[in-house]
Amino acid sequence: MDAFSSLLQGFLIALTPAKLMYAGIGVLLGTAIGVLPGIGPAVTVALLLPVTFKMDPSGSLIMFAGIYYGAMYGGSTTSILINTPGESASMATALQGGLMAKNGRAGPALATAAIGSFVAGMIATLGIAFFAPWMVKFAVQFGPEDYFALMVLAFVTVSATFGDSPLKGLISLFLGLALGLIGIDKLTGQSRLTFGLPELLDGVEVTTLAVGLFAIGEALFVASRHSGATGQILKLSGSLMMSKLDWKRSWPAWLRGTAFGFPIGALPAGGAEIPTFLSYSTEKRLSKYPEEWDRQGAIEGVAGPEAANNASVAGTLVPLLSLGLPTSATAAILLAGFQQFGLNPGPLLFAEKPDLVWALIASLFIANVMLVVLNLPLVGIWVKLLKIPTPWLYAGIMMFAAMGSIATKGSVAELLMLVSFGIMGFLMRLYDYPVAPMVVGLILGPMAESQLRRALQISLGDPMVLVQSPIAAVILAVALLALLAPYISGGLNKFKATED
Amino acid sequence: MGGTMPEGSSTGGRDRSAIVVGVLLFVVAGVLWLDAQRLGGAVAYGVGPTMMPKVVAIGLVVLGLLSIVSGLRTAGESIETVDWPVVFIIIGGFLALTAIIGLGGGFIPAMVVLFVATSSAFGRRSFLVDTALAFVLSVLIYLLFNKLLALSLPRGPLENLIG
Repeated sequence: MDAFSSLLQGFLIALTPAKLMYAGIGVLLGTAIGVLPGIGPAVTVALLLPVTFKMDPSGSLIMFAGIYYGAMYGGSTTSILINTPGESASMATALQGGLMAKNGRAGPALATAAIGSFVAGMIATLGIAFFAPWMVKFAVQFGPEDYFALMVLAFVTVSATFGDSPLKGLISLFLGLALGLIGIDKLTGQSRLTFGLPELLDGVEVTTLAVGLFAIGEALFVASRHSGATGQILKLSGSLMMSKLDWKRSWPAWLRGTAFGFPIGALPAGGAEIPTFLSYSTEKRLSKYPEEWDRQGAIEGVAGPEAANNASVAGTLVPLLSLGLPTSATAAILLAGFQQFGLNPGPLLFAEKPDLVWALIASLFIANVMLVVLNLPLVGIWVKLLKIPTPWLYAGIMMFAAMGSIATKGSVAELLMLVSFGIMGFLMRLYDYPVAPMVVGLILGPMAESQLRRALQISLGDPMVLVQSPIAAVILAVALLALLAPYISGGLNKFKATED
Repeated sequence: MGGTMPEGSSTGGRDRSAIVVGVLLFVVAGVLWLDAQRLGGAVAYGVGPTMMPKVVAIGLVVLGLLSIVSGLRTAGESIETVDWPVVFIIIGGFLALTAIIGLGGGFIPAMVVLFVATSSAFGRRSFLVDTALAFVLSVLIYLLFNKLLALSLPRGPLENLIG
């Protein structure tokens, strides 16, 4: 097996003491920030990106892997204990997890979430290791028009599956696309939308947009609502140990959740939302203890969605690594992380820097193990972080947000951009516009443009080239279907209806 | 989003925010189009740098129209009361930080101002405690970034003292 020996090679690099330390720091930092209420994985990675700025690429990417997985784990702790999920994908976990915590079973709920994340993470990472190289082989035959079609599909799924209305998602996406146009056009060197300001020549940084929209926007939103008390923190009662019955009920749910999560994440269909709700409703239907779902909280209702969430988020690494295609806000920021070292994920990266790619995949395994080993015993510390008074918490988040921008750029223009995006994020939250599509639009827009122009240049300007390739035609058809499906069947709304 | 708020919607049967958004999208589209117009010329095979801005502008116009139509058709959910002064305090804190950095006041004072402004916006009134806490935190962050991570943060008089 080719993938297998490459993976072993990756482990040899990632298992050195220095790299292990990076992974460990990443896991701890990721969990510490991810556990803060209202801070999802995307912001965590964006906030911590500057910390890795001056390290060597492999060390920094390995730390990244730790931050990424740690952030997800931290998020589930918060959604179980304060029942205010930071993102829609942990909503399902919060439903049954919150009930369990209220009934003195917070310990087993946290344990099944953590171990479920571990199981799902392991299987999904194995999936990445074997699926990504296969995808790369497929991807080398792709022409620019096929890439363009894939990006259109990602645009549609990202904006149509986030939030309540596809229209609001598309508005957010197109504003992101417009932001992506700012700066020097790579093919001709002409500057677009810079209005004579030299600060705009380099374009808008993805991290600036993400930190502004997510972190500052969230802080302003929470402050404006006077929901100062972030909700009551449920007591961490009950031992962390799961009973025999808990195990018996959890493991099939973990596996089913992973089976939902990984394929949906790995296809450029985007969104951890759909698999978590699929898993939630499946577990509810299959449960032998239907009476627990309304009152006590059913453990399989935590185990399944949590595994699905983790597996799908790990799954998004397949299109990211093999095609360079981010299908979620977090993946978009990870891509920005690669780009800060001048690395462009895609088929070429596998060929040119196999050591780096495989070390990264190996570190995903290592980070996953570290999470279970470190975080379950340390859960007491994470709970203490939840008890930081809200004013200090958000003051700290604001500090972190400003710090990242100051440390990397430090210009007044950059800070003003950051606060403007913060205000925009606040208004979007207020009026229920999803912010993630904007981030994806910013990073994917320029990529889509260059593929489109390359395709049209080859065809001497004939737009038919976009649908003449069978691959591109099929993908575009799927994208169109995904865009129209909510209007035809209202299928997605059914999931959301169960939530209200 | 459940319909928890039965009334209080601005104008009967209209979602004013969606209409405003639609108009704003027209404005953005106009800016994109004018900028693309300015570039013009020097294009090989009609796929120059002006195509994408025009495509995005057309998309924005379509979305703007849809937004206005949906705003005219559906009643908007009313937005819960927003405490604007609090929002302005945080934004003000951030602008103060920007000014301090821009004028060479250094990293630590800038951070202290932002921290205290935000925490007071969230309702705290113990300025002395908060200032002290913010000071200690930002000194620690400064040392960590400067010494360990080799990232240079803006220096002012205070930072020069620490070295």
